[in-house]
Amino acid sequence: MPKLAQNLIWIVIGVFGAACLGGIALHRGETINALWFIAAAFGIYAVAYRLYAGWIVTRVLVADPSRATPALRINDGRDYVPTHRWITFGHHFAAIAGAGPLVGPTLAAQFGYLPGTLWLLTGAVIGGCVQDMVVLWASTRRDGRTLGQMARDELGPVAGGAALVGTLLIMVLIVAVLGLVVVNAMKHSPWGTFTVAMTIPIAILVGIYMRSIRPGRVLEGSLIGLALLLLATVGGGWVAHDPVLGPMFNFDGPALALMVIGYGFFAAIMPVWLLLAPRDYISTFIKIGAILLLAFAVVILRPELHMPALTQFTDGTGPVVAGGLYPFLFITIACGAVSGFHALISAGTTPKLIMSEKDLRLVGYGSMAMESFVGVMALIAACVLDPGVYFAINSSAGIVGATLETATATITSWGFPVTAEHMQELATAMGETTLLARTGGAPSLAVGMAQIFAGAFGQNLLALWYHFAIMFEALFILTAVDAGTRVGRFMLQDLLGNIWRPLGDTKARGPAIVCSALFVASWGYFLYIGVIDPYGGINILWPLFGISNQMLAAMALAIATTIIVKKGKAAYAWVTGLPMAFLAVTTTYAAWLKLFDPNPRIGFLAGANALEGKLAAGSLSGKALESAPQLIFNQRLDAGLTVFFIIVLWVMIIEMARISLRHVQGQTVPALSEAPYVDVASLPQPTGAGGH
Amino acid sequence: MMAGPAQFLRTAWTVLREVSGDAAYENYAARDQPLLDREAFYLSELERRWSGVNRCC
Repeated sequence: MPKLAQNLIWIVIGVFGAACLGGIALHRGETINALWFIAAAFGIYAVAYRLYAGWIVTRVLVADPSRATPALRINDGRDYVPTHRWITFGHHFAAIAGAGPLVGPTLAAQFGYLPGTLWLLTGAVIGGCVQDMVVLWASTRRDGRTLGQMARDELGPVAGGAALVGTLLIMVLIVAVLGLVVVNAMKHSPWGTFTVAMTIPIAILVGIYMRSIRPGRVLEGSLIGLALLLLATVGGGWVAHDPVLGPMFNFDGPALALMVIGYGFFAAIMPVWLLLAPRDYISTFIKIGAILLLAFAVVILRPELHMPALTQFTDGTGPVVAGGLYPFLFITIACGAVSGFHALISAGTTPKLIMSEKDLRLVGYGSMAMESFVGVMALIAACVLDPGVYFAINSSAGIVGATLETATATITSWGFPVTAEHMQELATAMGETTLLARTGGAPSLAVGMAQIFAGAFGQNLLALWYHFAIMFEALFILTAVDAGTRVGRFMLQDLLGNIWRPLGDTKARGPAIVCSALFVASWGYFLYIGVIDPYGGINILWPLFGISNQMLAAMALAIATTIIVKKGKAAYAWVTGLPMAFLAVTTTYAAWLKLFDPNPRIGFLAGANALEGKLAAGSLSGKALESAPQLIFNQRLDAGLTVFFIIVLWVMIIEMARISLRHVQGQTVPALSEAPYVDVASLPQPTGAGGH
Repeated sequence: MMAGPAQFLRTAWTVLREVSGDAAYENYAARDQPLLDREAFYLSELERRWSGVNRCC
């Protein structure tokens, strides 16, 4: 096709995407159709992938298909395996897409549909996709080195140490906040708790099958697990309604938190083949299947979004996450727009599979665009709900009141009409006793998904779809809890091994148990405090997680910027430098507000002081009185953690600026640690099959 | 005319086996003289895969 015609097609796609986005932004009717969002997202991702990513790959990274990747050069058949680009894409997408792009956009729907949509699209194409692709390129050029190793090699030991400690703390917060999401989804839900509990014996059964009965038959084992899980989801309804069995699976938040903590510890010390790996296989299939099903259902059903474009909560008074649109939108939606954690995957397994540098764009940029699309789908599912219902599910009892009547009256007074009868009917239709104050995002997402699925495939199975959605979310959240605890244990052993060498031995049983217990205690503490927090916990933990994740993204972009400058491409340093600067400033401002804002719902210190005042005045009673000292301590600990994150971030940025400046001025800097060029033509040709 | 869908299904099946890891042992055995049996290979693959950051949030 002539170049002119090709360019014309891309111009048409770009204009189409921009027109759809313009339509979304300017629309002021009562509802808006979901197809506008799908069309805008496709148009923008396609043009950004073709033009912006293409330009970065050619001009900034100077990706060279003739340069042999580590998969081709080392090709040991285990870690380094030249793999077809679509298979690498599948691996990478399955690794980066977790609960984050589902939960963040659901919580951010409190601002209306517009801010979240704009940030998901622009944040991804300018920030998140660029970060993932450039870090993947940098790691591929360095034989698959990790982010921490690249920080140490390119910026020096100070930055390397900051990256290591920062990553460890992020792991703690990620596991805690994901644990909180799953606890809030199971709280007083016998059906949900039974289904989620059954994932453990099912995973163990599949683990035994894949190890001893049919070793390595991953597809067979996963299909058996999938069938059993669907049976467990159906069986959950029967258990929940049974007068004897139902109460056995009815727990409050603190009891469930202790169970998740205990589970996390045992899962971490069990052999990988028994629980973690089979659960991951099953959850990956369900995750991808459910996302495809949701996309299909949205296209078939074309639901109307009932949430307004903007709500009054852009002013910072939001009941779901406290704080104004800027900066809190940008830390509420991390995964789906920009997620620093992805840099750990892009500089880990994936670069060891890349067969050619021409695959970097599809795997790095394309996978993140796909995850951003998952975020858009989650936002659609949340905004399909009546706003009154959305706020009733996602607002904590501490804000709207503990009874159906007071909660619905408060939400109605905000201009989002909802009745106690409607909430009760909805809960009954979903097979639950109540949907009130089910904070954390998972239940409202499940209600939204259930309504979309039921609309597309039949209205009779609402309760089943709801619990299928809860099971789907809980399954991969618990996989992340298992996997996060295991990786956190390795990181802790790596650190503590410097103090006492035997603790660093990852093969020895004793140190593994001690470090697993220490790591589980760390995230377990934040989880438990989150559960007993009268404001729902998510109000504190999610922003802290968002700050830490965006801090990691800014750090990854700082490393990438340094490498671009040291490659002699300082003129293009803005490609990673601009998103880094935006994230650094936004995260620092958010951290400042979390520390010093006088509103007790926003500022950690103000929150601690306000609670201390109530305690001194004797105005607390019951559970609030019991938990107050812990909550006061925790708010101050969170403040300390926030300060630490910001110090780590700015250490990295100052090091980036120092090294880049020295390089530009011709002074000595750590040498580029790129592996030497080897021509592809000098190596035996690979088959292109994937080994993983 | 029938070759299209059949070819598509064959390709989809191959991709599914590769992405899921179902074909890992065949790839290993085709590459080298297999030193490990299926079970030992499966266990060593899991140990290798789960020793680093493998899943995101």
